[in-house]
Amino acid sequence: MKTYTFEVLVTLKDGLADPQGKAVESALPSLGWTNVRHVRVGKHIKLDVEAADEASALVQIRGMAVRLLSNPVIEEYQVLEVAPK
Amino acid sequence: MTGGVPRVGVVTFPGSLDDRDALRAIEQMGGEAVPLWHADRDLGAVDAVVLPGGFSYGDYLRCGAIARFAAVMEPVVAFAERGGPVLGICNGFQVLCEAGLLPGAMIRNRSLRFVCRDVWLRVETAQSCITDGLTPGETIEIPIKHGEGQWIATPEQLAEVERDGLVVFRYASRSGIVDDAQNPNGATNNVAGIRSPAGNVVGLMPHPEHAVDPDVGPTGGQPLFASLLHTAMAGVTG
Repeated sequence: MKTYTFEVLVTLKDGLADPQGKAVESALPSLGWTNVRHVRVGKHIKLDVEAADEASALVQIRGMAVRLLSNPVIEEYQVLEVAPK
Repeated sequence: MTGGVPRVGVVTFPGSLDDRDALRAIEQMGGEAVPLWHADRDLGAVDAVVLPGGFSYGDYLRCGAIARFAAVMEPVVAFAERGGPVLGICNGFQVLCEAGLLPGAMIRNRSLRFVCRDVWLRVETAQSCITDGLTPGETIEIPIKHGEGQWIATPEQLAEVERDGLVVFRYASRSGIVDDAQNPNGATNNVAGIRSPAGNVVGLMPHPEHAVDPDVGPTGGQPLFASLLHTAMAGVTG
């Protein structure tokens, strides 16, 4: 078994109102950045998975992403594999 | 059921807050309240189940996301699929959506603020375990208290919910006008509560268990618990 490190990014689907993103967007101009649009706030989940090989780890991480880490009704996810140090 | 009194189970998850008020409301309305625990693997002989409000498992990740995999949810889902009445209140509503028993999901309130106040709800259907005996169009007053109560759904789910009349309550004025001014959290189409197609599973953001005692506020929760107890009885005898 080997250990694979992944990052999962979870964001609200495009088109869905993102109240947190909107709050950040409306705060930035007060600091001088009046040039920012379309702020979306999401979640970043980092985890280590023990698996026989990379393909198996990836299948499992996608299962986790669909069943628990994200809610497919409102969210999209992206899996990034972190290269071993 | 014992001696003609329906037994209603109330699940306590780690982080549940309103389980005691729900137990108390059931007793006050003439039912037998049965405490259930998140780790229970069977429901005992209950005639209905309530998933109460609160912040189950700290609401980490997403509201209701962890609670949905609690041991007790397996028998709750089976009970719901057999047609048993299941009521999810606030966090319990979020759990039912996460479990796939009800369509849609809840996100942060439009205002980004936690909202705690009494609201008026317009009853949209009598075909549910908590509105049996009520008349569509009538309004009831019940408190809300939530930070993530904005109900949303995919376009397909929303079309199905509206086409099949699955909306049980909408945020409205006292006289029953549904408009954006009456919408406390930005919920799509002012949805405050929805039901399963069979009507035995209902979720709502407002808190009927806090609205049964005239000494402490509005009593709009009374008819909803009366209906739940009535439906629970019917399930047993019928």
